[in-house]
Amino acid sequence: MKRFRIIALLPLLAVLGGCNAVVLNPAGDIAVQQRDLVVISTILMLLIILPVMALTAFFAWHYRQSNTSAQYDPDWAHSTHLELIIWSAPLLIIICLGAVTWMATHMLDPYRPISRTTPGATAAEIKKPLNVQVVALDWKWLFIYPDYGIATVNEMAAPLDQPINFKITASSVMNAFYVPALAGMVYAMPGMQTQLHAVINKPGTFKGFSANYSGSGFSEMRFNFIGADQAGFDKWVADVKASGGSTLGRTEYLDLERPSEAVPVKKYASIDPQIFHLILNMCVQPGKMCTHEMAAIDAKGGLGLAGAYNVQDIEYDKSARRGSDPMVKKSYVASVCTKAAPMGMDVQAAEVTPISATPLLGAGLPRPSMFQSFAPKPSNS
Amino acid sequence: MFENFDLQKAIFGRLSLESIPYHEPILLATFIAVLIGGAVVVGAITYFKLWGYLWHEWFTSVDHKRIGVMYIVLGLVMLLRGFADAIMMRAQQAIAFNGNEGYLPAHHFDQIFTAHGVIMIFFVAMPLVTGLMNFVVPLQIGARDVAFPFLNNFSFWMTVSGAILVMASLFVGEFARTGWLAYPPLSNYAYSPDVGVDYYIWALQIAGVGTLLSGVNLIATIVKMRAPGMTMMKMPVFTWTSLCTNILIVAAFPVLTGVLVLLSLDRYVGTNFFTNDFGGNPMMYVNLIWIWGHPEVYILVLPAFGVFSEVTATFCGKRLFGYTSMVYATVVITILSYLVWLHHFFTMGSGASVNSFFGITTMIISIPTGAKLFNWLFTMYRGRIRFELPMMWTVAFMLTFVIGGMTGVLLAVPPADFVLHNSLFLIAHFHNVIIGGVVFGMFAGITYWFPKAIGFRLDPFWGKMSFWFWVSGFYFAFMPLYALGLMGVTRRLRVFDDPSLQIYFVVAAFGALLIALGIGSFLVQIAVSIKNREKLRDVTGDPWNARTLEWSTSSPPPVYNFAFTPVVYDHDAWWDMKEHGYKRPLSGFKPIHMPKNTSAGIILAGICFVTGFALIWYIWWLAALGFVSLIATAIGHTFNYNRGFSIPAQQVVETERERTALLQSAGA
Repeated sequence: MKRFRIIALLPLLAVLGGCNAVVLNPAGDIAVQQRDLVVISTILMLLIILPVMALTAFFAWHYRQSNTSAQYDPDWAHSTHLELIIWSAPLLIIICLGAVTWMATHMLDPYRPISRTTPGATAAEIKKPLNVQVVALDWKWLFIYPDYGIATVNEMAAPLDQPINFKITASSVMNAFYVPALAGMVYAMPGMQTQLHAVINKPGTFKGFSANYSGSGFSEMRFNFIGADQAGFDKWVADVKASGGSTLGRTEYLDLERPSEAVPVKKYASIDPQIFHLILNMCVQPGKMCTHEMAAIDAKGGLGLAGAYNVQDIEYDKSARRGSDPMVKKSYVASVCTKAAPMGMDVQAAEVTPISATPLLGAGLPRPSMFQSFAPKPSNS
Repeated sequence: MFENFDLQKAIFGRLSLESIPYHEPILLATFIAVLIGGAVVVGAITYFKLWGYLWHEWFTSVDHKRIGVMYIVLGLVMLLRGFADAIMMRAQQAIAFNGNEGYLPAHHFDQIFTAHGVIMIFFVAMPLVTGLMNFVVPLQIGARDVAFPFLNNFSFWMTVSGAILVMASLFVGEFARTGWLAYPPLSNYAYSPDVGVDYYIWALQIAGVGTLLSGVNLIATIVKMRAPGMTMMKMPVFTWTSLCTNILIVAAFPVLTGVLVLLSLDRYVGTNFFTNDFGGNPMMYVNLIWIWGHPEVYILVLPAFGVFSEVTATFCGKRLFGYTSMVYATVVITILSYLVWLHHFFTMGSGASVNSFFGITTMIISIPTGAKLFNWLFTMYRGRIRFELPMMWTVAFMLTFVIGGMTGVLLAVPPADFVLHNSLFLIAHFHNVIIGGVVFGMFAGITYWFPKAIGFRLDPFWGKMSFWFWVSGFYFAFMPLYALGLMGVTRRLRVFDDPSLQIYFVVAAFGALLIALGIGSFLVQIAVSIKNREKLRDVTGDPWNARTLEWSTSSPPPVYNFAFTPVVYDHDAWWDMKEHGYKRPLSGFKPIHMPKNTSAGIILAGICFVTGFALIWYIWWLAALGFVSLIATAIGHTFNYNRGFSIPAQQVVETERERTALLQSAGA
């Protein structure tokens, strides 16, 4: 049994040797608070785990068959006092841990703007947040800085002690955006936007990567996260602008979106300001319908089966983006021919009355802002 | 319409000679080894003229004991495959540093970690658990078989059919490269157009039918077929945990079937349930699969808890402490296991209140689990512990499982999960509970009930070798993974850039080698035990001085289990009988009506295999043919009225007389 006890101490050793355990020694305030929670929870649980392990080892040794001096009571199988203890002791621990969990989960909600940038700092000292739009591509990371009009691939930088406001999405499959030194991870999902609020407090270059398997290039989907003081960050921005890199427009993005592995750092000196919204709505390719437009049409009753057929060709072409062929050429029964309407469509067409005057969109037409299309449904419909 | 008609495609679908991966040396070598091994086995069976014996006595058998043994054999065979995957992963991760790409390309590595997860959960842990329940439960409740004996045989062969499909993917086509839960959009057609995910879907669908039916069967058995006097609160704890497990199976597996149907519709006919556009949403899949997935882990671990309860009481020579609270703890775990699924994806962007709700429900599960642990602890208290192998596994479990439980509760704290999710810390956690809980439990159970099933005990020396290799191997393999997780290393990586991590992976690989020795010792243990079977023979039927009904009959039990249905007064029924000077009845035997063997199960499952294979490769005519013949065979089977037979009283008398002679020779 001795052997067990020694082995059980191994995780503690890992904690002791935590100098390169980035989760236990992070550089950002959010990650520091998450680390504290890991430690507090572990200590709370050890309060019950250690006695149990010690008792197990002691009972196993003391009541061994060869120890005839130990008491043997084959019919002793119930004790209300003990039952009370064995149910209430874990319950008490869980009540404490549950309370901690409830508070910490709300305080450290990645969607919640951060209320302090360093321990002990007050809300008044908080600087204006830095906006970063993150896109997980196959298999590299795209960082767009809308405030600065620049974009980078597989490298990002942020000034120290300034809140960072991440908006995260993906181009094709699910990934998770994770910089262990900065803050916990958040999934990056195509056609959807997730958020993360964080801050970096120590200068340095930290590792970031995808923490959700996403295909063959996943292992090398790494990037550098640079924490720098304001001067250093300004210099980094200037470098990107001076890099002579091209503009990140639709064409460049479509080129970048194609699957590639172990991609070196790439810099774009300027960007199409709409690009993140186009990526998020999967309509970077000209002529494709954006998902927010499709959702807006559906919210107003949709286009029916005929509409579904028509929309096929203007939806995001994921097969072509990945270089594979669609399996089935989709076809739909859009209408049924009847005696009254031998051409099928007539009856339906007559019934459709336009509900909304929202301007229709298409290639080349000006685009309204994203949320305008989600205007509430008219109540009379 | 027919101008593009392609005859080869019409006949073979996507299948062509190119589908066989003969250009991959690792697979080719495996294939040749399997061919040679298979030829040897088939040759041996033919040489010793065992086909008839296997077919009549085993394959078509509806005897729950035989089916239970076959399930366990299936689980152990698949363990070898699943473990081969594990050791390949460990080897790859131990060498892929400093620009070294390792020996596995992504295409192969990604299949391996997917197959490892799928095989270990569905085709190792599930058959082992189902096998033990199948063998033990009817004996423990004093029944002669399960409620639906044919269904039992059919369920087993459906599981085999799924397992064979997974194995076939090794040599014909490929397996999924998506991770073991095949999250879309990656598992959608656009990103995984080849057959891998289809193999995944149909293997799980076919095996899932078997699991579900077996769940129905065992619930009916436990609810309806208990011996007189055995009220619910007098059932042995293993039977209780089996009941709860099967309730979980019946409630959870239809969700898996449903979500896989939706995924196949997305893949086969272009619906948009889980696409990222056109109104679909992959987050629905993630929710649905975990609504099945979380109960699944309790499906696996509850029977293991049952085994530990039986083993602890037996080897401490003492009544189980707190039987009632043990039962209630099991029931509470059963219910709560449905309220925690979201803790598998706190990082998907649910709000803080939703996350805390699921975090706290998860923590609450640790209360009944903790109570169970204390119950085993206080069963040892004032006991007289015999450290036979099953008890050693139990103590190892108690010490190991608490670590896994602790890290599990840690992962249930959402902000902590944000930094540990999907990391190697998570991998270490669930291997900690699955190896430390389920695998140790299954080894305890197999060693404990082996003499009952086969008639002789397992060799203790090689068992202890296996035990120490497994336990130390587990710690060497997974403690470094906890540390790596705290260093921010994520799962499923094929190559690494930080050379300082390598030593941890090398230690983990060493641990995997120790586990390999553990598995090897276990196989040696079986071989040695067969060789020394006369020395190890159990003539009394009660080699461990145990407490529950299965030990009151002979080892192995006669086909009919009990010549007379026992009457139960206590949850330790056999102990109670021994205490009160129970005398085995020696006369008054009557004919016993038993179910008759049938080949319908193996035929139906075979047709399912063919249909599944046809669907995977788009061989539509064969799929249609398979489906029609499946229905036809099933209907045909309903016309088989010749389903039972009577064991004549004379034969019962003979069998019981032999047992009397055996008992006398043992001096009992």
